[in-house]
Amino acid sequence: MDFSLSDSEIMIQQMVRDFSQNELAPIAADLDREGRFPQEIIEKMAALDLFALPFSEDYGGTGDGYLAYVLAVEEISRACASTGITYAAHCSIGTGPIYLFGTEEQKQKWVVPCAEGKMLAAFGLTEPDAGSDAGGTKTTAVLDNGQWVINGNKCFITNATYAGVVIITAVTEPGKGAHGISAFIVPRDSEGFSVSAPYEKLGLKASDTAEIVMDNVRIPENYLLGNRGEGFKQFLQALDGGRISIGALSVGIAQASLDAALDYAKERRQFGQLISKFQAIQFKLADMATAVELARLAVYRAAWLKDQGLPFTRESAMAKLFASETAVKTALEAIQIFGGYGYTREYPVERYLRDAKLMEIGEGTSEIQRLVIARQLGC
Amino acid sequence: MKTFVCIKYVPDTSEAEVKLNPDGLTVDDSRFSFDINDADNYAVEESVQIKEAQGGEVTVLSIGPKKSEVMIRMALAKGCDKAMRVEDERMYGHDPLMVAKVLAGAIKGQEFDLVLTGCMASDDWHMSTGVALAEELGVNHASMVNKVEVLDGKVKVNRELEGGLLESVEVELPAVLTIQTGINEPRYAPIKGIRMAQKKELNVVSLDDIGVDPAAVGADASGIELEKLYIPEVVSTAEYLEGEPEEKAEKLATILHKGGLL
Repeated sequence: MDFSLSDSEIMIQQMVRDFSQNELAPIAADLDREGRFPQEIIEKMAALDLFALPFSEDYGGTGDGYLAYVLAVEEISRACASTGITYAAHCSIGTGPIYLFGTEEQKQKWVVPCAEGKMLAAFGLTEPDAGSDAGGTKTTAVLDNGQWVINGNKCFITNATYAGVVIITAVTEPGKGAHGISAFIVPRDSEGFSVSAPYEKLGLKASDTAEIVMDNVRIPENYLLGNRGEGFKQFLQALDGGRISIGALSVGIAQASLDAALDYAKERRQFGQLISKFQAIQFKLADMATAVELARLAVYRAAWLKDQGLPFTRESAMAKLFASETAVKTALEAIQIFGGYGYTREYPVERYLRDAKLMEIGEGTSEIQRLVIARQLGC
Repeated sequence: MKTFVCIKYVPDTSEAEVKLNPDGLTVDDSRFSFDINDADNYAVEESVQIKEAQGGEVTVLSIGPKKSEVMIRMALAKGCDKAMRVEDERMYGHDPLMVAKVLAGAIKGQEFDLVLTGCMASDDWHMSTGVALAEELGVNHASMVNKVEVLDGKVKVNRELEGGLLESVEVELPAVLTIQTGINEPRYAPIKGIRMAQKKELNVVSLDDIGVDPAAVGADASGIELEKLYIPEVVSTAEYLEGEPEEKAEKLATILHKGGLL
């Protein structure tokens, strides 16, 4: 068993850490306050080939694999979780499904620009009445004169406003439940395709989340992704990978909470000594550090399994579940260590809590993760 | 333009408290992460920018352990072309003159126009390796350089002097320049560069390989002997005055009077 990263993984981790801490961390509080999507940062990330990380060289990628990508997600999210989710949603569930299930032609047309960072991608599964419950899917796609005609609404779509392409699910065989759902590649500039104003959210305010409305959107027949009727199955597979990156995002936020709390505890004096000398604070910090380290191990191992081509559904759900709950708990404890200051916007820990909460919800709630794990256990 | 850029692997002392090993001569480095010396990072960027503008080749040169190869490959990922790492326990690393002799030995016999290195290392602060290297190579040098302009057969450089004063000098090539931080904006290595760097040539050499006599660069050859490293004792010079206000005032007046302050 070898836990060491390769030289190139260490270099990627170090480069992304330097970039994130120098370019992103200093503006993260302002981005959050203004709710501004940092286009200039996305462009810099593209120039550093960050969007190419998880894809093979045949499709504009660098071929570094999922573990290297996860290291990048963690470091970016440690500085700014909003940018972390923009990046993760683009790579894992936006571009991921085309990379996994697309034809050669589809991959050349869409994965290449996405990997080069010339286009952002979004993933449209969730609807007002459907998400993990696929049976509630109301969006329909009907074949008409060699074109698919799509109608329906998608909600909580990350990157919707900025995406050049959205992968969506729609019912093609009504009455067949999850087996009647297919996936489609929908270009952003299709007629009848519109995006609502962004949601006002608790956290991740510098990321873009909006609703998509498709009103008689017509796309070519060959924009069907993978086999007809397998859309939901494909999306579940894409989410297996996506959950690892939500785990990495969570580890990044949790590490940021720990960093901030530890620094503060070593500066703040009360009752004549540093609060880091009090056992009550030490135990909190020790528990936080332990949970962060275990979450990181779970996330890295799930990514490693994926890179090895081994099954990872159970491990990715476990990693996401444990890491996201760790992120929330760690942020809460960080606020507690900061005391009253932690409750103010003067310090970053309240932002970490608001950002962390989404990790327990997005790409399958903690409850859904437990269902996935239980199913993997044979329940 | 053929350039060598000399870089040093140094601990990041901002991360943890500095602790000494029981030998009193070395620092416990187990708690530090190591990375490129800050000023050397600017030297790498400058060498790559010169190559991009003038063409040519940049060779990274470093003395250090195997684990420093990640730092060396990072310089390759930013655009340097090949690298040489010297590792040999027989050299005396505490003396910048011995270090300069080893670096010169690695460069000698190869064609070069410029040698760039940081103006100082953040661990020992000697600020003399670059200048000593110029002497060993028998070439010109300029130190504390914060601007480089390549002319025909020479470079025009700005040197940073005390009090914000700048000195502009022309130096005939070949030459050694010690680079000041802030001369440029060091780039981040793109991921594709990091991938390419894994395939670039990195030669690991001993003193014998570069034709340097170990006796000439060992502890016995050095005029410097490291006696001990120590962390200065924290001494308290504060004196607390006790007693009633009148007594305290009297004591204070006496102290001030004795000290010639009244």
